[in-house]
Amino acid sequence: MNTITDTQPLVDMKNISISFGGIHAVDDTSVDLFPGEVVALLGHNGAGKSTLVKILSGAYQRSAGEIQIDGSEAVINNPRDAKAYGIETIYQTLALADNVDTAANLYLGRELLTSWGTLDDVAMEAKAREVMGRLNPRFQRFKEPVKALSGGQRQSVAIARAILFNARILIMDEPTAALGPEETAQVSDLILKLKADGIGIFLVSHDIADVFDLADRVAVMKNGQVVGHARTSEVTKDEVLGMIILGKCPPGATPGPGAVPS
Amino acid sequence: MTDSQTKSAADTARVSQMSVVGRFFKATELDTRMLGMIGALLLIWILFDVFSGGLFLTPRNLWNLSVQTASVAVMATGMVLVIVTRNIDLSVGSILGFVGMIMAVTQAEVLPAIIGFDNPFTWLIALLVGIAVGAAIGALHGYIIAYLGVPAFIVTLGGLLVWRGAAWWVTSGRTVAPMDSTFRLMGGGPSGSVGAMASWIVGLIACVAIVAMIVSARRQRKRFKFPLRPVWAETILAAVGCILVLGAIYIVNIYYWPVGIVRKYIAANNLEVSETELLIAHGVAIPVLIAILVCIVMTFMATRTRFGRYVFALGGNPEAAALAGINTRWVTMKIFIIMGVLCAIAAAISTARLNAATNAQGTLDELLTIAAAVIGGTSLAGGVGTIAGAMIGAVVMQSLQSGMVLLGLDTPLQNIVVGIVLVIAVWLDSLYRKSQI
Repeated sequence: MNTITDTQPLVDMKNISISFGGIHAVDDTSVDLFPGEVVALLGHNGAGKSTLVKILSGAYQRSAGEIQIDGSEAVINNPRDAKAYGIETIYQTLALADNVDTAANLYLGRELLTSWGTLDDVAMEAKAREVMGRLNPRFQRFKEPVKALSGGQRQSVAIARAILFNARILIMDEPTAALGPEETAQVSDLILKLKADGIGIFLVSHDIADVFDLADRVAVMKNGQVVGHARTSEVTKDEVLGMIILGKCPPGATPGPGAVPS
Repeated sequence: MTDSQTKSAADTARVSQMSVVGRFFKATELDTRMLGMIGALLLIWILFDVFSGGLFLTPRNLWNLSVQTASVAVMATGMVLVIVTRNIDLSVGSILGFVGMIMAVTQAEVLPAIIGFDNPFTWLIALLVGIAVGAAIGALHGYIIAYLGVPAFIVTLGGLLVWRGAAWWVTSGRTVAPMDSTFRLMGGGPSGSVGAMASWIVGLIACVAIVAMIVSARRQRKRFKFPLRPVWAETILAAVGCILVLGAIYIVNIYYWPVGIVRKYIAANNLEVSETELLIAHGVAIPVLIAILVCIVMTFMATRTRFGRYVFALGGNPEAAALAGINTRWVTMKIFIIMGVLCAIAAAISTARLNAATNAQGTLDELLTIAAAVIGGTSLAGGVGTIAGAMIGAVVMQSLQSGMVLLGLDTPLQNIVVGIVLVIAVWLDSLYRKSQI
């Protein structure tokens, strides 16, 4: 793991700021991510972590700062731009169109077309069956709108959509919030598999227990600012909890602009 | 491979527990909701036929019904897209009135001065001008709704007043008549129908299309080794489809021209037959062909194109559609442009049928159109609706109206019945949907 720092970061978000109606939701925040690394973004509800990753996924436009991908500046003005850089996002709300079926959701915005320019539903369903077969082998309800699916099945659809297009950077916003223990374990396995494939993953969570064992590093946010970064091997869960709640940086962490001076 | 085997085993187990009826619906994958609607329509027809003493289910009345439905049916197909995306369009009747007036003035007052009377292109130019104006109005509405963020309800409520006023303003309230003779064919009538032979040809083409669609869908599914419908189910679907089409053609082909028109026809062609011997069938009316064509094009657009997929995704979850990279504003604007074009086509049909344009034309059509779409299964909560359903909804609305006219009900009572039916239909639909999930 220590060799990671020698390579170039996959994503480098530098001094990102965004405000909504005068409130600095994200204020001068920098985070980075290396290939094959899992970085957990932690913080209370409203700390700005979801907003930060939504800037990376193109849902929001930053008001200041720079995003570098593979060392060169990236222009991300909308979700389409982000996807062109191989950035895929699994949103907390899953962002599924409830009234259409699994294949339509997997390919939403990137539909496969026949040579006539019409939707190639059969090819999309075939690919959907293949991907879902890997993620959730028992899943068979391909003809039903996704609102008819269970929470875990919906989650697999959202995950399948993110990995279908050879993502290089994966953002998972509270990926296991709606899942039972068995499904949570499945998602953990998947994260390890993707990590082994060299994909960089941002895990956004407010619950340290969900992500501490999966993550290589943590970045803790509070009131829109970074409290500090740390390798999970160099801090304890309790110390990270202290960062989340009190904003205090332990000795093993690198303090950020949001750290409380001790 | 093992997956599909276990699956089909599980499916068979499930199917064997079902009743014969359940098995039939499962195998044919028919939309039970749509069947229910067709059943309700047949019930309405039979009741009217019984109470009117057999006046309703006659070739003549059914033919008239088809022509009367055409204009609202055309607009209802667009209203489906509007409502699916959680919008509404209250202005379609007024746009129809305004565009109809523009087309009438174009062909009756502007074009004769430039290219002379009875020019073979008059109808086409008038129609294209109308479609352009309709598209422009739709684009304006769509722009205000999608890019300026004014709710569709308000924009089109404003449009309802603006375009009705504008229709009056074009000729200061004067009725414009008559229409160009070719243009008038779009309104139906004995000469605006294609006759027996052409109708049979249309019917046969439709049958070939039905069979071809079923065969090609089956071939596609086979290519990817998906579960197939049983052959008997496919055969039944194809047979029922063809019988319905040919039956409808048969009915319009046994509605003959009225004696008065036949007499004129004999005189004009110097024929040596008596007017009661010469039976000339109407066949399918041109406005009905236009409506069916619109239905096919709109269904194709809604189900087979990216745009259609985006419309439904946008209706199901606007935020998800935007996060998937869909340009939701442009999709919304396009929907209103299409709605404007369809209003223009509907205006051509109704102006041609009336052989005049009046400033009151299309008044309250917005409500009939919305009712047709909603009765046809379009959910006001967004995300759900079919073009074919809206067409059937339009037929239901028109059947109620013309049936009550046949029964001699007073106009106020007609409105009361239509209003009650609308509410009950939507209530039944919501019950059905709750039972489904």
